[in-house]
Amino acid sequence: MSDALADIHMQVMWNRLISVVEEQAQTLIRTAFSTSVREAGDLSAGAFDLEGRMLVQAVTGTPGHVNAMAESVGHFITDIGRENIREGDVYITNDPWKGTGHLHDITIVTPSFHGGRLVGYFASTAHVVDVGGRGFGPDANEVYEEGLFIPIMKLFDAGRVNDTLVLMIRNNVREADKVVGDIFALTACNAAGHQRLVDMMREFALDDLERLGGFILSHSERATRESLASLPHGTWTNSLLLDGYDEPVALHAALTIGPEGVHVDFSGTSGPSRFGINVPLVYAKAYACYGIKCIVAPEIPNNSASLAPFSVSAPDHCILNAQRPAPVSVRHVLGHFVPDLVLGALHKALPDRVPAEGAGSLWNLHMSLRPLPGMEGTGSGAEILMFNSGGTGARPTLDGLSATAFPSGVHTMPVEATESVGPVIVWRKELREGSGGAGEFRGGLGQSMEIEAAEGYSLRFSAMFDRISHPARGLAGGQDGAPGAVTLDDGTVMRGKGQQQVPPGRRLRLDLPGGGGYGDPANRAPAAVERDRHNGYLGATPSGNV
Amino acid sequence: MGGARTCQVGVDIGGTFTDIALEVDGRLESTKVLTDYEAPERAILKGLREVCATAGIGLSDIGVVIHGTTLATNALIERRGARTAFITTEGFRDVLEMRTENRFEQYDLNIVLPPPLIERADRFVVRERLDAGGNVLLPLDEAQLADVVDAIAAGGYESVAIGFLHAYANGAHERRVREALLERMPALSVSISSEVSPQFREFERFNTVCANAYVKPAIKSYLDRLVASLKVLGIGCPVYMIHSGGGIISVDHAAEFPVRLVESGPAGGVIFAEYVARRHGRDRVVSFDMGGTTAKICLVEDFAPRTAKTFEVARTWRFRKGSGMPISIPVVEMVEIGAGGGSIASVDNMRQIRVGPRSAASEPGPACYGRGGVEPTVTDANLLLGKLDPDNFAGGSLTLSREGAISAVDARIASLLALDTQASAYGICEVVDENMSNAARVHAVENGKDISGFTMITFGGGGPLHAARLCEKLGISSFIVPPGAGVGSAIGFLRAPFGYESVRSAVVALADYDTQRVAALLDAMRTEATGFLNAIDPAIVPVIECTAFMRYEGQGWDIPVRLPLETFSTGRTQEILAAFGSEYRRYFGQTIDGARSEIISWALRVSSPPVRVDVARAVSHTQPVQPTAHRPLFDAASRGFVDAGIIDRRTLSVGDVVRGPAIIVEPETTTILTTCFTATVQSDGCLLATRH
Repeated sequence: MSDALADIHMQVMWNRLISVVEEQAQTLIRTAFSTSVREAGDLSAGAFDLEGRMLVQAVTGTPGHVNAMAESVGHFITDIGRENIREGDVYITNDPWKGTGHLHDITIVTPSFHGGRLVGYFASTAHVVDVGGRGFGPDANEVYEEGLFIPIMKLFDAGRVNDTLVLMIRNNVREADKVVGDIFALTACNAAGHQRLVDMMREFALDDLERLGGFILSHSERATRESLASLPHGTWTNSLLLDGYDEPVALHAALTIGPEGVHVDFSGTSGPSRFGINVPLVYAKAYACYGIKCIVAPEIPNNSASLAPFSVSAPDHCILNAQRPAPVSVRHVLGHFVPDLVLGALHKALPDRVPAEGAGSLWNLHMSLRPLPGMEGTGSGAEILMFNSGGTGARPTLDGLSATAFPSGVHTMPVEATESVGPVIVWRKELREGSGGAGEFRGGLGQSMEIEAAEGYSLRFSAMFDRISHPARGLAGGQDGAPGAVTLDDGTVMRGKGQQQVPPGRRLRLDLPGGGGYGDPANRAPAAVERDRHNGYLGATPSGNV
Repeated sequence: MGGARTCQVGVDIGGTFTDIALEVDGRLESTKVLTDYEAPERAILKGLREVCATAGIGLSDIGVVIHGTTLATNALIERRGARTAFITTEGFRDVLEMRTENRFEQYDLNIVLPPPLIERADRFVVRERLDAGGNVLLPLDEAQLADVVDAIAAGGYESVAIGFLHAYANGAHERRVREALLERMPALSVSISSEVSPQFREFERFNTVCANAYVKPAIKSYLDRLVASLKVLGIGCPVYMIHSGGGIISVDHAAEFPVRLVESGPAGGVIFAEYVARRHGRDRVVSFDMGGTTAKICLVEDFAPRTAKTFEVARTWRFRKGSGMPISIPVVEMVEIGAGGGSIASVDNMRQIRVGPRSAASEPGPACYGRGGVEPTVTDANLLLGKLDPDNFAGGSLTLSREGAISAVDARIASLLALDTQASAYGICEVVDENMSNAARVHAVENGKDISGFTMITFGGGGPLHAARLCEKLGISSFIVPPGAGVGSAIGFLRAPFGYESVRSAVVALADYDTQRVAALLDAMRTEATGFLNAIDPAIVPVIECTAFMRYEGQGWDIPVRLPLETFSTGRTQEILAAFGSEYRRYFGQTIDGARSEIISWALRVSSPPVRVDVARAVSHTQPVQPTAHRPLFDAASRGFVDAGIIDRRTLSVGDVVRGPAIIVEPETTTILTTCFTATVQSDGCLLATRH
């Protein structure tokens, strides 16, 4: 009985360790300044063993962060050097290739000491409001234009803050207080995690995390392998065509399931762009793993062992394997399509388990509001970031979700909150009728928005939208979702990517894409057809008064 | 409650039972009757007759009835409400349906979002628009309004909710629409967001006003029937309602704002804990209420439960945050998790034991009930570990089947994990105890507290069974099991103050503090809240508490800062800033230099002065009690069976000391003392268990 009881005891400690990192993440959400962290949950937090293997992570908004951060701690250990790691140290980077894919994400790693001994690491990542350069947007041609690049280095050395670095950051970013505030919020959240870990180790009389870590990794690996064992072996391919910045981008994946695990190769994908829509491979990998895991092993918690059976490869000259100094600021746009890409291939291996394509990438709207000439005295401008979602693809047995983020896990901000932050009026934010692809199961509806600067202000926005020329495709006989559109209220067509100005008195209109349908529309249940008609989801509005 | 009441009755309608607690001349009688879903008042009348008979008094001797109910909650969970329409700002018809645009579960691609409370076809729009300051950007379109009024009249709606963008800052447009509706349909039930929930964040506010409208006709009709049937029986005394914030309001106000009745039962439980805390002078208490399906945990400091501005009800997917609907009203802040006696244990694909949130409930119930349940539950595990006596469960009304428990645990846990039965039972208990202690620990940490210095007060059928182990896990050194633990909420109703809380959003930067505006806002809030109190008794001199919810500009999460009303209304910003700084430090360790701070929203609570509580006299003389019987009890700390004494609580008297390991039984529950605890019977009958 003692072995069995020890196992139960290990499980209890594993659950506790998960709660330690959840608390680490909560601390960050509550103290962060960046709207993407505090409102949208665009962050990650995790605990790592001495080898830099991730043991547990908080379940937060963005799979892109989580899985990418899983690999980053190893880089920190190598670059700092084991011999230089001391109690009271804190490390930092925003290296897109060693962190989570673009300069806006700052990753902080804190070594955790217990009783004078190094026992592991805490890492956290957050999207900060600014990193200098051109600001958040796809217009740069090299990463140098995208802002301050912080290589892996010490932010605290044995408890002493690196004043030089903080001063450098302060003088290179637009909203210094908020950016520095977020960096210290990241530091504080790791400290909170460390404190809880120490409490836990005392309670359970642990000197190190070796046995617990071994238990977590071996159980996770075994469970993942068992899940994979039932899959058919072979190679399946899929391609996606997307808008890109100035020319369409083709994504291509060959997905191989074999005895070793699941491998995705991106050969055949378009070459890099001159603009900041390129994706470092670590980020593409994060979303590929996420998409596959949703289908084959959704219940197994993320850690280095449960992620180990998944691998990716790509040629160097590939938009999903951007090489430094390629610009990567809005790598999320194409990154968010990687799940649809790999799921499409997986559908061929595992029919009836994979949803149709959806809107994919979030329609993040970065707005700069400035007083009109002559109105400077009335108030200051504001930088506002809004997260908005189109429709998800229909599932094999269910309709898609309307105006809901996938694969990203972020939240939108209330319009009332957005309007209290700066001089902007959102006139419309509601479901876009008729935008869901028809099918036995209907694609989720996109949404329509109308936005105008408040009186006395001008509105400039940075577009990072896709699926305007390439709508979400239906699956198994389902029809495509409606493509997106970016226009002014007078009908002027705007570009889907890059910075643009909205003329005074005009409103910006965004029509977000709908999800693809699943199955033959002729097989749709009559009750579902009637419900759609009654509620005006298809376009006509028989009831209500719109 | 203030005033002298010789005979008062607390009535708590729960999902399974209706609990009645009657107090007359300091004596307490209680009963549990099955809840009557069709006509809830019938069960109340039945219970009242029972307790009055036991107490030897007539129905007409009852001086006051204080009532709490889950009827509003259940109507929301089961979607059994009125035919309701929603009128909102043009361009925002789908706020209720678009929610936060988030999936509440990251890896499951087949989740179903909870359907909006009001279907799209029943949502109407009117052209109008306010800005964030409450200024009119677009006047209300009267012509369009007339069309909407026509459509509502033609649609046969019983109830209408109105929610306009930024109406928390200015309710004029909402009031105008209400006026137009009532002009045409005087009997229509109308709820407006600027009255029901004047807080910013449109999804939460709109959902709250819709929930209010949705349950209003049914609750109003129920309350009318209740008052009338009491009168027929000769009970003409006042009837008051408990609200989710833990105070008492009049029946009329409850009928107008029924959404405030949501979670009133659990709020009563917390008041019960607060009362016990006062009697024992414990200023840092964690209440732990465990029933058949869920466990509720709440912090009570300085004899006042924490309240929150918003919470989520009707979670549809494994109690997952985000799978229910938000309700923005003042509420006693507690965590509720899917852990109760009926919670079902299973093995997941990681070969780990998981417990809950699925529950076997009362039908079919745990496997050991022998009513057809085949899945192992927490109660089955408790039986196998010696914590429950199969022949003396629920006062002997039910004989538990060890065989049923063994075969369920063996089939669903032991055989899958190659464990023996007892190890599996231990695993189930240990996992559920860890889930509950984790929830308690996280809740404390989120509030900047270290729970190990708290005293636990436990009630509900399952609380006393699990409290000792939870205390071991949380480092808590003492817990109290009050008498009457089985009907704790109903007793709590009798201890509740008259009180009401007004919450409003209004952003005020400290650097730019408009004293006049703040004073006017607080004045309006005081008038609103006092109105609720005056409706009950104009003679009450209320206690006023004012809380500002503050943050650094640019942050998204605010922390409560409580100061005297005058500090805010006279604009003593240095004091406010200092108080914010020290609260922030308590939550997050350090303040942020140079950042500007702001107040986001405000809460003002008025209540009758707290009742002076007789402090329980110290026990002057103690005597050890020798158990007459023993049985093996599993001890989780040492992971083995120990020999535990069995004691009937009814045989205990003041000063009796029971040393763990021991099992103290009473009809509604069983208290487990683990090896490290000793319990002493207090002068008020409470069991005080401390570590020895």
